[in-house]
Amino acid sequence: MAVESEGAVENNGVVRTAMGFGSIMNNSYGIGRMGIWRMDEMGGQATPLHRMDARIKILTVFIFIGFVMSFPRYEISALMPFFLFPLVLMGRAGIPPSYIFKKVLIASPFALAVGIFNPWLDPAPMIRVGGIFVSGGWLSFLSILIRFSLTVSVALTLLACTGIQRLCDGMGRMGVPQVLVVQLQLLYRYLFVVVEEGGRLGRGLALRAGPRSRITLRTYGALVGHLLLRSLDRAQRVYQAMASRGYTGETRMMHPPVLRRVDLLFLVGWVLFFGVARYWNLAGQMGRLLIGGGR
Amino acid sequence: MHMADALMSPAVGGVMWAISGGLLAWCSRQVRRLLNDRMIPMMGVLGAFIFAAQMINFSIPGTGSSGHLGGGLILAALLGPYAAFIVIASVLTVQALFFADGGLLALGCNIFNLGFFPAFVAYPLIYKPLVKSTQGGLRFWMGAIGAAVVGLQLGAFCVVLETTLSGISDLPFSTFVWMMLPIHLAIGVVEGVATGAVVLFVLKARPGLLGEPVDSATPPGGGRKVIIGLLAATLIVGGVVSWFASTHPDGLEWAMAKVKGKNTLESQAGMSEKLADIQATTAFLPDYGFKKSEPSQGESSSWPAPSAGTSVSGLVGGLLTLVLAVGAGWLLRAKGRSKTMES
Repeated sequence: MAVESEGAVENNGVVRTAMGFGSIMNNSYGIGRMGIWRMDEMGGQATPLHRMDARIKILTVFIFIGFVMSFPRYEISALMPFFLFPLVLMGRAGIPPSYIFKKVLIASPFALAVGIFNPWLDPAPMIRVGGIFVSGGWLSFLSILIRFSLTVSVALTLLACTGIQRLCDGMGRMGVPQVLVVQLQLLYRYLFVVVEEGGRLGRGLALRAGPRSRITLRTYGALVGHLLLRSLDRAQRVYQAMASRGYTGETRMMHPPVLRRVDLLFLVGWVLFFGVARYWNLAGQMGRLLIGGGR
Repeated sequence: MHMADALMSPAVGGVMWAISGGLLAWCSRQVRRLLNDRMIPMMGVLGAFIFAAQMINFSIPGTGSSGHLGGGLILAALLGPYAAFIVIASVLTVQALFFADGGLLALGCNIFNLGFFPAFVAYPLIYKPLVKSTQGGLRFWMGAIGAAVVGLQLGAFCVVLETTLSGISDLPFSTFVWMMLPIHLAIGVVEGVATGAVVLFVLKARPGLLGEPVDSATPPGGGRKVIIGLLAATLIVGGVVSWFASTHPDGLEWAMAKVKGKNTLESQAGMSEKLADIQATTAFLPDYGFKKSEPSQGESSSWPAPSAGTSVSGLVGGLLTLVLAVGAGWLLRAKGRSKTMES
């Protein structure tokens, strides 16, 4: 289903409306090739990792983030072993790491903006690398960037190696309120519908006003208001169709995930690794081993 | 203004998750009573609508820049506070998972910052009483812009508070506040104008749509419950977070110490204790790697003298580990990538 919907949209939705769409929509979310369709495709794969109980993956990811965030602010080298976790997940699930890291780059401005002041605010030298003194601020800034890459890439990987449907299902079984789970599923379903409606509006606007027209406030109110009304009507019809086919808010799966021993091993194994990497600086040890002490 | 995992300590993240989780559970219970066949798809599609609407920009006259809808306020105007809070939470979850906006542990913070204030403060206390049934006019625009500004200011202030309490960023509290609040004042005005424009259109095009769903079963004392909830949340935030700040060595006092200047001798004991803490836990500076600093550097004797040997070992080790991690991921990749999709 995932593939079909992508193909359909690529052929008669986004690509053909791309001109009108692009002119009014500042497409910062990358709904196109890089965006959610690609993510949807990856989440829909059927590797053993994809089929693993989503609860285990969610739990492990949260523990991972907790460990990463617990490091003191100047930490750099001891964080490195933690890259193993997202990279192994990507490897096992057949997700190209370049895709994830491109998305991480796109998302980085806020962490960059807040962290970039550290070098100015904390200029006291802390280490020396080849004759150049490096201040504490640069260390903590670098540390923020590494933490950011770790936590964000693991969140993206969680979705890419699970898929939204299984993720929602797992959240439901972990005790997340049903209202919120259904809300997430429907939001995801409707995202495609609304973006298509937006594409049609954009094409209409471009045909009438020219592709580079600026949108005034009055036009904006009408445009977004129309998008709202049309999306609501469309959603109502979609929902009625779903309800008349027996949708009650809960998803019935053909292969409901069962908790196997492998899953528990996955959890315990990774948490052990995180613990070891948190309390012994594996990278530092290796570096000393390699260049002979360094005392 | 999404908080990022990278800027947070686990304590702050955990506390904010607990608060947002509690609010979500409470809102879910409230919403379930209102839920009907119109409400379910409406909530879902409005979440999706926020995404699409955030991609449409209008030009701001005279500035050359452009603005768009923020989301929280219009959701509250269309759905009422409880459902709006849940929709905002779902939007932020999808943003965190699909677009790497914020992070998973920061999600608790983000839901609170961007959901609680528009839905439970700005909407009931400013928007609703001012806008009521007006269609345009001064009161209407004051309500829309005022609510958007207040909601965003409170949210931005919370971002500053959470960042400072976490102590990962060096930005002093006051500097950060003066950076964030003016920027978000401008953003708030733009959001208020955008929300107002859309609400006006909807009011004219389909008058029955706006206004939160009425729950006949709600006793009139519902407002008091909201206020009690607000108070409780404030107390939890104020009490618990500040407690963490005082026990957490990297917290607010750290930022305060920064503001006062780090080489002041008056707090010598506290500073050197912290520095020892940093020394003990910083990978680049394993405890045996320091030379005792020269007497000429007397006043900053607590600063570790840079030691080239250990720094390089850390650098080499770090890079090597990264290479190994990449290699492991590559070796362990699924053989013969399965392209089969589950239907």
